[in-house]
Amino acid sequence: MAYLPNGAAERRQMLEAIGAASVEELFATIPERLRHPRLTLPEPLAEQDLVTELEHLASRNHPLGSLDSFLGAGVYRRYVPAIVRAAIARPEFYTAYTPYQAEASQGTLQTIFEFQSMICELTGMDVANASLYDGATAAAEGVMMAVAQTGRDRVVAAADLHPETLAVIRTYGRGRGVEVVTTDDVSTSVGAGDACAVVALPGFLGTVEELAPVAQAARAVGAISICSADPIACALVTPPGDLGFDITVGDGQPLGVPPSFGGPHLGFMAVRQELMRRMPGRLVGLTHDRHGRRAYTLTLQAREQHIRREKATSNICTNHALTALAATVYMARMGGAGMRRVAEISVQRAHALAGRLSALDGFELAEPARPYLWEFALLVPGDAEEFARAMRHQGIVAGLPLGRFDPDRREQLLVCCTETSTPASLNRYVEAASRFAGPVTVNR
Amino acid sequence: MSEATEPGMEMRQVPAPEWAGEEPLVFELGGDLERGPREVETGVADRPLAELLPGVALRASPAAVPAVPEPVLARHLGRLARRNHNLHQGIYPLGSCTMKYNPVVDEELARLPGFADIHPYQDAGDVQGALQLMWELERLLCEITGMARISLQPAAGAHGEWTGLRMIQAYHAAHEDTHRTRVLIPDSAHGTNPASAALAGLEVVTIRSNADGTVDVADVARHLDSSVAAIMMTNPNTLGVFEKDILEIARIAHEAGALLYYDGANLNALVGLARPGDMGFDVVHLNLHKTFSTPHGGGGPGSGPVGVAEALAAFLPTPTVERDGDRFLLDHDRPQSIGKVRSYYGNFGMLVRAYAYIRAYGSSISAVAENAVLNARYLQSRLRGIFPMAVASDSMHEFVATTKGSRVVGLRALDVAKRLLDYGVYAPTAYFPTTIPEALMFEPTETESMRSLDLLADVCAAIVAEAERDLDHVRGAPYLTPVSRVDEVEAARRPVLRWRRAE
Repeated sequence: MAYLPNGAAERRQMLEAIGAASVEELFATIPERLRHPRLTLPEPLAEQDLVTELEHLASRNHPLGSLDSFLGAGVYRRYVPAIVRAAIARPEFYTAYTPYQAEASQGTLQTIFEFQSMICELTGMDVANASLYDGATAAAEGVMMAVAQTGRDRVVAAADLHPETLAVIRTYGRGRGVEVVTTDDVSTSVGAGDACAVVALPGFLGTVEELAPVAQAARAVGAISICSADPIACALVTPPGDLGFDITVGDGQPLGVPPSFGGPHLGFMAVRQELMRRMPGRLVGLTHDRHGRRAYTLTLQAREQHIRREKATSNICTNHALTALAATVYMARMGGAGMRRVAEISVQRAHALAGRLSALDGFELAEPARPYLWEFALLVPGDAEEFARAMRHQGIVAGLPLGRFDPDRREQLLVCCTETSTPASLNRYVEAASRFAGPVTVNR
Repeated sequence: MSEATEPGMEMRQVPAPEWAGEEPLVFELGGDLERGPREVETGVADRPLAELLPGVALRASPAAVPAVPEPVLARHLGRLARRNHNLHQGIYPLGSCTMKYNPVVDEELARLPGFADIHPYQDAGDVQGALQLMWELERLLCEITGMARISLQPAAGAHGEWTGLRMIQAYHAAHEDTHRTRVLIPDSAHGTNPASAALAGLEVVTIRSNADGTVDVADVARHLDSSVAAIMMTNPNTLGVFEKDILEIARIAHEAGALLYYDGANLNALVGLARPGDMGFDVVHLNLHKTFSTPHGGGGPGSGPVGVAEALAAFLPTPTVERDGDRFLLDHDRPQSIGKVRSYYGNFGMLVRAYAYIRAYGSSISAVAENAVLNARYLQSRLRGIFPMAVASDSMHEFVATTKGSRVVGLRALDVAKRLLDYGVYAPTAYFPTTIPEALMFEPTETESMRSLDLLADVCAAIVAEAERDLDHVRGAPYLTPVSRVDEVEAARRPVLRWRRAE
């Protein structure tokens, strides 16, 4: 049988030791009528058949690597150094559990301590936790922290937060009776009744605003300032901690984690010292063993559900340790300078592509006055869904049609470049797009 | 003591290797703060950043994370890896955590480019295989649990609990039953249950357990009124005991208008043999990282799908995966949905592994539960003379022993747990459930061989015998791990949560 080590002889011996006549007897406490439901399940598979079956399903997907992809919108195809995959493929890391027994889990504990430290350096914050599920839930947890800290129940969020993040904040908020309002101008909207102000770096459309005034405005009215940040962006621009934010959250996927159809990625959260004890999730601290050697352990667990039950700061138990390990190895391999270089390459390519596309007749930047990093909203001739479909026929995933999120942007596409968008693929994009250029277009 | 002749299966203390000094932190490995690894050329005409990003404040210097040369980083990771107990090294009998072996092939499959290198916003036509896998996984899990629909979105068990409770609230609200603000939870429940209820804005009422460890039906009945939204139960419960009165509890819950919530943490005892849906549960969450063997990863990523009876299907998080003829698609248009509970569609990489695991067993999946229970009962029989058991009832896939009342007065669960580490054995879950003093909760899972269970029992016997002779020695454990007993008090009193450059 697939993954069962005991044969019939062992099972017999074990039953004998228990004093049971059959395995069935071990289930006698279950009412008879509940036992042995008739299940319709497929036949068991040999490993080879299993591989064939799953490879077939995988072959019905078109991986980004087989296309010229310019999709971003929160999930990025960044180059992952091979050592990152090698690390997370080690059974010493992937088959271990939450490091409750510190003495036998120093490997996991130290890598988490390193993760926390590097996230602090990257975001400019004081303390980071061991990871959360994803960027959207990390933002929602940050909002819940602010609600608990301030005793207020209104949230002012930037309208250009990632739509998935905004949706998740709303779902979390509804459970606790928290109202979420969105605005284009957070710094003038945040008031004395608000728990927090939430902004994005960069915004969903790739643009960067001046954010320091938001942190200042929030502080002035006793609200918590939260920045949802791209970690690679934090390697290039002044990070949220230096801008005065109280909480930085974000999705760590760009740090060495593949897109994987949207998960698993990882969320991160870093805060000012004063908010440390309100943080959700695991925290690893430095301490010593009986011989005075440096050692690491889970700490400040009095915040957590297994100790505090309904009074915990959050219900989170499992976090995303293995993808956080990928991020740890990525950050350590690239360094702050390497991550900044990756950001610069993305900026250069995106701006070069944007320049060439907006030179085509019928194409222009949708937000020409706003500075952007490596993503930009592009006005295309006609309906963006149709344009994207046509480009896809050329093997190009031209970007994300924005009409899916905002009906006023039906003619716009969110286009993304990273260090994996090769110069040749940029050329192919421009060449294919040029066939749609011209003064007369359909549906316009 | 049993014979243990299989190589590597003899009982022995496992000394930490000689290199086990202090491992430097990644910041102390001499990495480069000024330059990263060689990068690709931009291949475009570079322009000054100040021109491209007008008015955007850039970092004055790179983030103070050193770029560590690959050979140095590889050895750092290699040394750290050897400081972790793991399933390829030995048994991991953590009760409630279901630390079963993770099939290697599942890891390979999840890394296929067709699964790992696809984007959540690709057109449905480009990701038909992924959507089909999710659709089929939902059907398989519905069949196994007896539920009508399942959302694969929640990222972990606790996330599934909260998602399930939000759906229960939405159900009551849709029936204009708005005063159901309380949730009944047994005193032996996982801590996530009350924490999830609180996050959903529900008030927690704790229900007493009987002496046999099961829920006191009379206590449930006493608390059931029109203010109760749901009862959350784990079955078998955290003592590993099947809730024999479950049908009665379901009946009185439904009669009072409350819904019944199933914490799937212990489904490994029942998979293929009995279904929460048949017991009357209305909402069920699963832990794919427990029952369906997706790796625990040192603490995640997990996956916590949540299933519902037909009456609650309208409230599932958006989007759901639907089938239209031979095409699969995402349905975002669900007006009664509780909304999105995370970004995108779930921890897809974990879904691939769980799907592969279920397909490997297929119609023989009940062998998992049979062997899990057989292994646990066997281990329990081997440990009976060594530790008292928390309850007299027959347990299933896990059981709770205690050091209280053992032959050695003053022997604590913590000391046994730490001494086990010296033998290359991970400790069982200690001090849970909180209702049992000095609890040691063992869950061997179905993937342990009989010899491995014998070894664990022999080690436990040796530790108790040692404690009879020299309790202080046991209290000083561990001795042979890469670090000796870690000072948790120091960590909590003066929290140092990050490395800082010496001033």
